[in-house]
Amino acid sequence: MKIKNIIITFVSAIALLLSTTVVSFAKVVGDKIVLGAAVSLTGKYSSNGVHTQNGYNMAVERINSMGGIKVGGKTYKFEIIYYDDESNPKRAAQLAERLISQDGVEFMLGPYSSGLTKAMAPVTEKYGVPMVEANGASRSLFTKGYKYLFAVLAPANLYLDVAIRTAVELNGGKGVKIAQAFEQDAFSQDVRLGILDAAKDTGSEIIIDDKLPKELNDMAATLVKVKQMKPDVLVVSGHTKGALTAIRQISEMKVDVPMLAMTHCDAAKLSKQHGKNSQYALCASQWHKTLTYKDKWFKDGMTYDADFNKMFGYAPPYQAAESSAALLVFKDAFERANSFDQKKVRDALAATDMQTFYGNIKFAPGGQNVSKPMVLFQVMCDSAGKCENKVVAPLKWASAELIHPIPKWSER
Amino acid sequence: MDFMVFQYPMISVQACLDGILLGILFALIAYGMALQWGVMNIINIAQGDLVILGGYIAYFMYLYGIHPAWGVIVSPIIMYFVGVGLYKLVINKVVDRDLFISILATFGISILFMQLMNFAFGADVVLANSGYGTTFLFDGNVVLPNSKIFSAFVSIVFAICLVIYMKKSKLGRAIRATAQNARAAKILGVDTEKVYAATFGINAALCGVAGALISITFTIHPYMGLPYTIRSFMIVIVAGLGNLPGVAISGMGLGVFEEFADYILGTEFRIGSVFLLLVLILVYRRFKLSKKREYLK
Repeated sequence: MKIKNIIITFVSAIALLLSTTVVSFAKVVGDKIVLGAAVSLTGKYSSNGVHTQNGYNMAVERINSMGGIKVGGKTYKFEIIYYDDESNPKRAAQLAERLISQDGVEFMLGPYSSGLTKAMAPVTEKYGVPMVEANGASRSLFTKGYKYLFAVLAPANLYLDVAIRTAVELNGGKGVKIAQAFEQDAFSQDVRLGILDAAKDTGSEIIIDDKLPKELNDMAATLVKVKQMKPDVLVVSGHTKGALTAIRQISEMKVDVPMLAMTHCDAAKLSKQHGKNSQYALCASQWHKTLTYKDKWFKDGMTYDADFNKMFGYAPPYQAAESSAALLVFKDAFERANSFDQKKVRDALAATDMQTFYGNIKFAPGGQNVSKPMVLFQVMCDSAGKCENKVVAPLKWASAELIHPIPKWSER
Repeated sequence: MDFMVFQYPMISVQACLDGILLGILFALIAYGMALQWGVMNIINIAQGDLVILGGYIAYFMYLYGIHPAWGVIVSPIIMYFVGVGLYKLVINKVVDRDLFISILATFGISILFMQLMNFAFGADVVLANSGYGTTFLFDGNVVLPNSKIFSAFVSIVFAICLVIYMKKSKLGRAIRATAQNARAAKILGVDTEKVYAATFGINAALCGVAGALISITFTIHPYMGLPYTIRSFMIVIVAGLGNLPGVAISGMGLGVFEEFADYILGTEFRIGSVFLLLVLILVYRRFKLSKKREYLK
């Protein structure tokens, strides 16, 4: 009995302690600005969720150590309350509710993926809580008229737009024949819409338009059609699984196509998992370390890459870089608003116009970032089989020349 | 609708071969499911997760520099013990209950496995490269990756071995006796508890083989198990319980049907069309059955 009593007392003491700590969270406590974030630390998005969290943490550490945020003549520091949304949209919406109504958070950072951002945005909007997100690119996020949602990244429909335009340019301005295979999820379908727009603009023709089911691991049928109909460009978007499956089957079936454009190459670690077979693939990316954007906190992409590597032990994927940029945007907005009033901060966010190491940031009325183009990199391998991603488009940022058309398998 | 597949005969050949190779691999998984469904009357929702776990074993061998094809030997051995362990922990408590309880229990195992694999191996999609080249037939008009041919070959070898084992060995006979009538077998001295454990272990081992093959031919991910469960479930339904040669034929048939549906209707209808076929087959079976009943009346 005694032991039971001791345990009960112990547990309730801890519960009491925890509850008092929770109550002390609020938007601005002492010299701290508390931001709320639900990220996927478990579940199917956990790899990218961790990149997101690391990106946030890196920026918090940097901003705090470089003097913090100055509002109303006082200096504040950032602090983030994290919850694990388990890669589950329902859970993400609940956590948004909890962060706002229980923890008293008044400013939010976004989760990972379009789907989860879509689940959280209605909640933050309802409470008028400004949310700066870095990992939800779906076009539908920016057409709903949300006033408190800001995304530092380019929307999904622009991901592979550059690829089509580059192909047309290389074809002497004449339209090209496009084959495309997209998974049936919100993000990939947005990428597809972008391709349809680009095709219409450039007078290109879509000769294969396959929709890959989510459960499917096999795109042999699409590739047989590609072999038969010989398009100028093959576009594939189906998250990491799509990218890995495409490269595996293209190399096994020796499919020759002049240009192959994809999404999610760096998340899939294409060049590591497939080595030379992934050579010449073009990949859409929000950011690359060799881009020459600059800011005061991280200097530039190369420095960010090195610092991140030192802190977390791996090279930052773009998901981490864009997450860091979200904090820079918040800092800038707080200082310009010079207040913690949510409406004032929201207006300051809407008026953002700045350059960060990640790219220029300026929001359209829908909340998407319109001043940062997507970049395309190409996987290039040396004779020893070591592969690297090199930026090839847009030309302004290119660090290598695009290899086009892709050499035939028989000549490799 | 696109009838390219009929205009170019080579595409039909390609579709048939792709479908058959894919179907044989699925049939192997379905084979395990049919076996333990028949013997223990358990529908194993965690079937696909066992496949994926087997795939990870091959993948880790590949990471440590061992050729992933050896996974075909190592993975079933490890998975056999995983299967027996699962039986001792959970399945033996539901084996005599009704089907619904076993579905719930294996569904729980499936969720647990997914999360554990995600926790242990991470959420990245991975694959193992076998480095087997490609076979070209008909002047390069038909292309078959050797990895797919290898998987089909290995699947057939394992299926034949299993059939022989079931016919000839003591345990095999005990398993078949238990499947026919568990009570009678028990009375005649068969240790049904042992038979059940071995059956579940053999099923897991078959999943292990299939998983190793899938890591070589496709990709693996902790949450990718369910489609394999559903597919094997369908193959077993179409073939009928206890009909092991039927499983092989229905596996290949569904594979070919699926490939043709892909060419004619489009990739988005590929899986849908297989489900439609399943519904038609079930309706037809019912129709036939009701005819028989009328006759009996």
